[in-house]
Amino acid sequence: MKLLRLAPETTNIPFMRFRRVSYPFSAFLSIAAVLLFLIAGLNFGIDFSGGTLIELRARQGAAELADLRTLGGKLNLGEVEVQSFGGAETSDVTFRFGTVAGGDAAQQAAVSRVRDAIGDRYEFRRVEVVGPRVSGELVQSGTLGVVVAIFGVLVYLWFRFEWQFAIAAIIATMHDLLLTVGFFALTRLEFNTTSIAAILTIVGVSLNETVIILDRIREMMRKFKRMPTDQLIDVSVNAVLPRTIMTATTTLLALLALSIFGGHVIRSFALSMTFGIIVATYSSVFICAPILIYLGLRTEGGAERESTAEEALAHEAQRAKAGASPA
Amino acid sequence: MLRFATWKVVGVIASVVFAIFLVLPSFFSEETAKSIQARLPKAIPFNQIVLGLDLQGGAHLLLEVDSSSVAKTQVEALRDDVRRILREEGVSIAGGIGMQQRGVQFRVPDEAQRAKVLPKVRGLAQITGGLAAVGGQPSLQVTEGDEGLVLVAVTEAGVADRVRRAVDQTIEVLRRRVDGTGMREPNIQRQGADRVVVDVPGLQDTVQLKELLGTTAKLEFRLAAEPGTPANERETLPFADATEGSTIDVEKRVMVNGEDLTDAQPGFDSRTQEPIVNFRFNIRGGQRFGEATAANVGKPFAIVLDNKVISAPRILSPITGGSGQISGRFTVQQANNLAVLLRAGALPAKLTVVEERTVGPGLGQDSIDAGKMAAYVAGVLVFVYMVMNYGIFGIFANLALAVHILFIFAALALLGATLTLPGIAGVVFTIGLAVDSNVLIYERIREEFKMGRSILSALDAGFKRAFGTIIDANVTTFVAAAILYLFGSGPVRGFAVSLGLGILTTVVTAVTMTRMMIALWYRMKRPTRLPI
Repeated sequence: MKLLRLAPETTNIPFMRFRRVSYPFSAFLSIAAVLLFLIAGLNFGIDFSGGTLIELRARQGAAELADLRTLGGKLNLGEVEVQSFGGAETSDVTFRFGTVAGGDAAQQAAVSRVRDAIGDRYEFRRVEVVGPRVSGELVQSGTLGVVVAIFGVLVYLWFRFEWQFAIAAIIATMHDLLLTVGFFALTRLEFNTTSIAAILTIVGVSLNETVIILDRIREMMRKFKRMPTDQLIDVSVNAVLPRTIMTATTTLLALLALSIFGGHVIRSFALSMTFGIIVATYSSVFICAPILIYLGLRTEGGAERESTAEEALAHEAQRAKAGASPA
Repeated sequence: MLRFATWKVVGVIASVVFAIFLVLPSFFSEETAKSIQARLPKAIPFNQIVLGLDLQGGAHLLLEVDSSSVAKTQVEALRDDVRRILREEGVSIAGGIGMQQRGVQFRVPDEAQRAKVLPKVRGLAQITGGLAAVGGQPSLQVTEGDEGLVLVAVTEAGVADRVRRAVDQTIEVLRRRVDGTGMREPNIQRQGADRVVVDVPGLQDTVQLKELLGTTAKLEFRLAAEPGTPANERETLPFADATEGSTIDVEKRVMVNGEDLTDAQPGFDSRTQEPIVNFRFNIRGGQRFGEATAANVGKPFAIVLDNKVISAPRILSPITGGSGQISGRFTVQQANNLAVLLRAGALPAKLTVVEERTVGPGLGQDSIDAGKMAAYVAGVLVFVYMVMNYGIFGIFANLALAVHILFIFAALALLGATLTLPGIAGVVFTIGLAVDSNVLIYERIREEFKMGRSILSALDAGFKRAFGTIIDANVTTFVAAAILYLFGSGPVRGFAVSLGLGILTTVVTAVTMTRMMIALWYRMKRPTRLPI
């Protein structure tokens, strides 16, 4: 059977040269993400903004969106946001409104008013009420979680790698984080506690990708002590490329299945993860690895061009042959 | 490469068999699983995987005990204690006892008297944390000021201790209330300093539940105030029944309160067939009620629940039997609830719902179906893709993947962890992630083979060299999962659990199991070329 190969057997792509394109490109995207975040902000779900989310299903026929929108004024709920999902003429809608004045008890009273008003026409499939204090705490613990995660990862990298690697990994991770936040701001996907879960997972995966490439660069560094840094990185990235593509593909297949079939409750989660994985894969190759050039990975040998990549590979092949003996 | 210690092989096979056994109960219906479990010895685990409320449907309420009112009650009790000591010791004070936010103050100008009182007041302090506590702090701090001023302040630890006990007591009362209604397997737990979580699977209509949990249920029997009663001994209370729309003046003094009830049952009035609640006092309550009613025949009294008057009947004759009935134009449901509330006792402080999440059974089932569908599709896609890329080695990786998923669910069942919708997402995500370890190994084998190693040597080097990378790469994601578990709440934790477990099992299945399969394959086939 002929096996499928997404990446050619041996590649020799000059990845380091791409940094002249990828750096401005990523810088532009990062700035755009920050601006989007600052100007448009995130579409905070009730977990963080406080308020009430009710998922309704019309008992008969389609949901009357216009009618539902008038409830805000009628029931004194403030501004309500009514959104249908599952196509046109759908019976499913989400009904959302912010924190009603008057503390925690008032939120409960507001839900009761909605229930009394439309309970006979709609099935209440999900009701979530997050009081003002709880939402504040969720913001706190969410922020703390992300900060602690980044800190924990820093400590790990500190122990595991040279400082240049750690800085490169952190920059790549921050890049992925920024872009993911920008993705949330751009798509207006709801940002809630599961989004924090998505972001932390993206941090984990982004590092995973980065660490695998850095691991290989380090290994190559020990092997080819005199190869110039940019060449060394190119060889390493090319060596890991098939794996990077394979893993990105399988993970994306799983996440696409989740986005399409996983249901509306976790769609925002699945979509942001999908985006995050793509960005993490891109940044590990085009952002993280080239940084090492600027950070002066090593002092000795960089100037001498005695050993080129081809020579190095040939040398390695010889070594492997010599060492190969049946176990 | 080819040799495996027997214990390793046995270990892997045994753990797969054990995992199958652990997952098995989840394939039965709940009733079947329960009845099998009942017949098995306790030592054998036969537990179904616990589904989160977002999957099985149900209500999650986060309630907060009003700690400021707890603190206020504490200061009031302190004032009463101080007053009692002063009275018992016959000590006269200049001015009254001043109430402050967190304590009381009074002035004893006479030094000898002060010396008599102070030790007693100091004696009111308790060591917080109960008898077993180590490093407990006193609940009160007594300081002396100028001109015989004595300040008694409730310490931070004292307030915290009281709040903690109020929460304990609240949990007790809530448990009795929920049990009284026969709701299915409610889970009531403390959260943080002053909160209580109530999870009720399968419950959809929270209106009634919130009413049941949120009512303080402080029952009092008070006499109606007569025209001559001084203003500071009377208060005006509204009727609970809004249609009555009126208020009634009652005495502040309480004849008997709900603490003296021993039983309360719903029933029907024999004459009017109206739903009522029959109650019974304990001996002390019966006596007090008997005396009070005997002294006030012909006058009305008020049955007060949480400062609202349920009814205000006239005392026709002394009620000495120790029992009585409350009627208040109840519906049957209301009478039932009131009886449950009275039996369970009053809450020590007001409870407020600060968070509510309710998922109907319909949506829960939809989520399960969607999650299953996504898992199947992801599984098939990854399966096919791996075989397309790696042929027979892809099949090995897929077998390992299947065991990996089996292990996750087995671990969930064994730990009694909850499977939530994000948890399912976590499992689906690890399907993609799990093959990563195998991809790392296979790609490394390819590389090593290209370098000119023999098949066996390439296989060996591939596994060996990829291992360090696999550990490195998985540690980072595992750290993320651990932090998510620590800081996340509810369903998000479910994601952290399945992600964390998934990473742990993938290291075992992808490394050890595929290695065994490949070794076995090599010994049987003795291949002349690498199939990947």
